[in-house]
Amino acid sequence: MYNIAFPQMGDYCVPAYFLLSNILDANIIKAPKITNKTIELGFKYSPDFVCTPFKYTLGTMIECLDMGADTLIQYGGGCRYGYYAELQEKILNDLGYDFKMINLVIEGRINLRRINKLLKQIDSKYSKIKSIYYSFITLKMIKYMDEIDDFIRENVGFEVVKGSFEKLKEEMLIKFGNVKSYHELKIIYRYFLNKFKCVKVYKPDDRLRIGIIGELYTLMEPFSNYYIEKELAKNNIEVKRFTNVDYLFLRKSKRMKKYLKNNPYVKYSMGADASDNVANCQYLCENGYDGIIHIKSSFCTPEIGVMQVISKIAESYDVPIMFFSFDGQSSETGFKTRLEAFYDMLEMRKNK
Amino acid sequence: MRDCYLGVDIGSISTKGVIIDDRNKIISSAYIWTEGNPIEAVRKLINILKKRMPRGYKVKGIGTTGSARKLIGLMLGANSVKNEITAHAVGTMAFHPDVRTILEIGGQDSKIILIKNGIITNYAMNTLCAAGTGAFLSSQAKRLGIDVEDFGEFALKSKNPVKIAARCTVFAESDLVHKAQVGYPKEDIIAGLCKSVVINYLNNVGKGKKIESPIVFQGGVSKNVGVIKYFKEVLGCDVIVDDNGHLMGAIGAAILSRKNKTGEEYELQTKNIKFETKGFECGGCANNCELLRIYKNGKLIDSWGSKCGKY
Repeated sequence: MYNIAFPQMGDYCVPAYFLLSNILDANIIKAPKITNKTIELGFKYSPDFVCTPFKYTLGTMIECLDMGADTLIQYGGGCRYGYYAELQEKILNDLGYDFKMINLVIEGRINLRRINKLLKQIDSKYSKIKSIYYSFITLKMIKYMDEIDDFIRENVGFEVVKGSFEKLKEEMLIKFGNVKSYHELKIIYRYFLNKFKCVKVYKPDDRLRIGIIGELYTLMEPFSNYYIEKELAKNNIEVKRFTNVDYLFLRKSKRMKKYLKNNPYVKYSMGADASDNVANCQYLCENGYDGIIHIKSSFCTPEIGVMQVISKIAESYDVPIMFFSFDGQSSETGFKTRLEAFYDMLEMRKNK
Repeated sequence: MRDCYLGVDIGSISTKGVIIDDRNKIISSAYIWTEGNPIEAVRKLINILKKRMPRGYKVKGIGTTGSARKLIGLMLGANSVKNEITAHAVGTMAFHPDVRTILEIGGQDSKIILIKNGIITNYAMNTLCAAGTGAFLSSQAKRLGIDVEDFGEFALKSKNPVKIAARCTVFAESDLVHKAQVGYPKEDIIAGLCKSVVINYLNNVGKGKKIESPIVFQGGVSKNVGVIKYFKEVLGCDVIVDDNGHLMGAIGAAILSRKNKTGEEYELQTKNIKFETKGFECGGCANNCELLRIYKNGKLIDSWGSKCGKY
């Protein structure tokens, strides 16, 4: 029997674990939560100037391999992310680990036939039909999770009893991890959505609204952005974020095709989520948000390209914008000082 | 009895304190070195401020700012703890209501604040390193055997400042050593250093920012006439340097504490209060959070640095 592990990102380990444990007869290893040890490991064995998500995921992989994993799963994307799997495999091999790397994306494409073949090697009884069914449930689960997260982001800063949203969400994720069918998932989702809507919130009309845009991993893994959303919520700020897995998988391509037509800011795709962020920035400016925060991991090339464009857009709409670059070693105090000054500034603007 | 407000700005190098009355008039001020011990420095500062304070005033609010603002805020029981950027802007606007740009170079950080119609519209702070800040200048002064206070006077003597690569402190230092060894006169090197601070600042912190006058230049480095001269030269317009420029953060903190209106009456007693900090590593999980626990009179009142909220 194989021991399978995969890198960590936000809460998405729940649906990923659900999918793998249902379609494969294998031991799925739950990666430990990202801690300082993960980062130390990742930084030690990564090239210095690679983007930070590489270091985070490499750290998790080493931790998983030490826990006994022998098969690792990695995805790939439209920037340097596309080379993660190959390079990480090489680094880990050089470190003396013996394992198998399953790269879901090859040459920028997901080839289902190839993945089927790979999975068949792991589990000879693997069935295509079953995996289609569970993939469907998983995608729905991700969609529900993201919807709830959007709702939380808008309201968590105004909860009357501190911590009520977080507690409820933890409960929900445990329930989601144990569902058996689509029907059950739907019932649980409705139950929790109702509960979330019943949480007491006090939302003043003159509250600050901030949009967070930027590089996908830094946005979705709260440890890598020093829990920026929590920090904003602590100060009674409503947060809007576009990027989530549901968006990247299902809605992104359609939306961008439409956006890129006759656009004054970008004419062609800038790689990864760069042109999405131009669109998001424009949306935030046009919909009356008080400020924009752009976050990225250090050395993220597409986002560096986009910074000039969005600061121009923000300037033309007179919306303040703040840029943060995260690397595992940046100072948390410096970050918090700048963030505090940012919402102080927004508040002063609003009260004027 | 009239009301007054105390503002303390605890920077990496120096600690500044002011007491203002309700019309923003400074009634007592002090400027001392932090020397790596903010708690002791503030104790000293409070004593000096108290001695210089005229009779007939009551402290009605305390505000803190600067890198040790949280610790000192807790120690003094401050009713307003704010970041340096907001404090500096608020303080400066009280004295120069029409200011558009604030340039600030301090001990370890440098920042630029843009203001329009009395509100901050944009700001930037140096992010990764302390190149071109006060700490760099004072270490170079030591190398050249000159007091950092005389640095500016020396720079003014020069007619031909040398070019120094100031992108990075380490490289600037080796460039400076090289220029000295080749035989350039001291004042030319010092003038070159002052100019490099200005150019570095405008290229790093001021990058992409529209600098409009009136411009106010503050922070410890604003006491350096050489740097002021080159700011005027490079920007091509006048740069205002307030005599109280070094106190602006503290003044801002005091004003913010007044605006907060939550302050009670303060006694300004620091002698009998025992204030201690103890650091330890948690080790409860792989995060190994470095925790700082703060004791007042032997009682634990707060601990910082925990990621999970256990402490």
